[in-house]
Amino acid sequence: MSAALRILSAGPGATLQDGGRRGFLRFGVTGAGPMDPLAHATANLAVGAAANAAAIEVSLGGLELTAEGGSVTVAVAGGTFRLTLDDRGLPPATVVAVAPGARLSIRSGESGAWCYVAVAGRIDITPTLGSLATHTRSHLGGLAGRALVRDDLLPIASADMTDTAACALTAPWLDRPGDVIRVVLGPQDDYFAPEQIAAFFDRSWTVTTRADRMAYLLDGEPIGHGKGFNIVSDGIALGAIQVPGEGKPIVLMADRQPTGGYPKIATIIGTDLGRFAQLRPGATFRFVAASLAEAVAARRAEQAALAGPIALTPLVRTDLSSEFLLGLNLIDGVVSAGQPLALA
Amino acid sequence: MDYPRLLNAGETALVVEYGATVDPGINDRVLALDAAFATLALPGVSETVPTYRSLMIHYDPLVIDRDTLAATIGEIETTLAPTGKAAASWTMPCCYDPDFGEDIAAVAQATGLTPERVVSLHSGATYRVYMYGFAPGFSYLGGLPPELAVSRRITPRPPHPPNTVLIGGGLALVSTFSMPTGWWLIGRTPERMFSLARDPAFLVAVGDTLRFEAVDRDTFDRLEARAEAGEIVSRKVTA
Repeated sequence: MSAALRILSAGPGATLQDGGRRGFLRFGVTGAGPMDPLAHATANLAVGAAANAAAIEVSLGGLELTAEGGSVTVAVAGGTFRLTLDDRGLPPATVVAVAPGARLSIRSGESGAWCYVAVAGRIDITPTLGSLATHTRSHLGGLAGRALVRDDLLPIASADMTDTAACALTAPWLDRPGDVIRVVLGPQDDYFAPEQIAAFFDRSWTVTTRADRMAYLLDGEPIGHGKGFNIVSDGIALGAIQVPGEGKPIVLMADRQPTGGYPKIATIIGTDLGRFAQLRPGATFRFVAASLAEAVAARRAEQAALAGPIALTPLVRTDLSSEFLLGLNLIDGVVSAGQPLALA
Repeated sequence: MDYPRLLNAGETALVVEYGATVDPGINDRVLALDAAFATLALPGVSETVPTYRSLMIHYDPLVIDRDTLAATIGEIETTLAPTGKAAASWTMPCCYDPDFGEDIAAVAQATGLTPERVVSLHSGATYRVYMYGFAPGFSYLGGLPPELAVSRRITPRPPHPPNTVLIGGGLALVSTFSMPTGWWLIGRTPERMFSLARDPAFLVAVGDTLRFEAVDRDTFDRLEARAEAGEIVSRKVTA
């Protein structure tokens, strides 16, 4: 019997996401893909999968799953979620084998809005338009184009069924402050007067409860437009910040429409998209301007970090609560190699 | 203003803007550049997205930098013909039965035309596929007769069925999904602008032209059954 993951419970917004659907934006098809691409890639790489392989994206609503037909080794990374395997607490970034009947539970923790469950092996579902990325609004990808629900079964091809000991996953690049988000101005910054652009950078912005895979609506003192707020539709890049008539910025995320008709004052740089996505409603932050060269340099540095090995530190079997694990930066006696363990 | 303008959309997308209006000449230049990029297939350019007036080029700046991209665009611009590729002409069946075109009466009232005139104007026009957007297969069609340029609804109406033919804001559209809309329901086509059960999944290309051919309800039902089985029921003429 081949192995599979069975969803035992799923909060709203748990979806399958690979690196995203490419090549169909020109036909109105959204790319989708992970909200935090760096965490998604890290989880995949930690179990030896390709960085853009399909993984489960878990929202603040959480997820519980088990394995059937054999153990399935998974990596969890992204944000600081509370993880338990049956009654055993695990660090928020973990590689662990889920045995048949065992219950891996992922609950929202102290920070972060999205985490990823990557599998050793491959989620064996037929792609749609070349990708497993789920876009629920157009019913494409994943399982029947919808979010995961209880009882869904995800067949795993080439599963690593050895009973891997649980390991903490160390990925210091995921420890990213979210209080400053870098942007490149444009493409329609010329629709805003200089003092309005200055206000955009001077003011602090708050993520509202209207924040989902399509867009994050921000709250703050509105900024005005210099040349009106309707443009003839053009392309929308990932992380584009459009300013509709009421003057409160909207950041367009993974499930955005490929084109649209509001002026876009700036675009979040690729490396800062994930840390921005991890902000929860109520979080405040500022935008700061980056040059194109800075954005490219940041991207290069991130790629270099990801190219290196991801440290896996075996955890000894213990019954520490997840609260306890979350509260520690150093876990003495848990780490077998005697190395201090920094929780991502 | 000098066009084209190159506008950064972050470090992974570049907008090549040819104008600020909906205009066939501007759109021709967009499509010519799009076709040139398709031919070049530059490493690092992942995809291009033509719109009414601009081409968005998505790229990996670690493979191709912006300066190289800009230089390439400059070289293409010096040699570009006005249109890049031969466009196809489509004739698409459309049933204007009141069950489908439930807003024909409202449009007639708003424009002072008779319902019959609304239908004859809509089916008599030649439309240009300017761009896709909003949702898979949603292609925006320019060329709606000015007499039919009614403003959009003040509040969106409940979801319409798939394959509904809509007008609004001076444009025409064939929907692919059931969804709420601020546009007006004029008819329904048995054709699928987008079907995963078919290759090609997307029927028309940006730059193609399209006409609607009025069909009665019986013809619609017959064509609907064939389209449901995966057949393309529109006629295509390639220039």
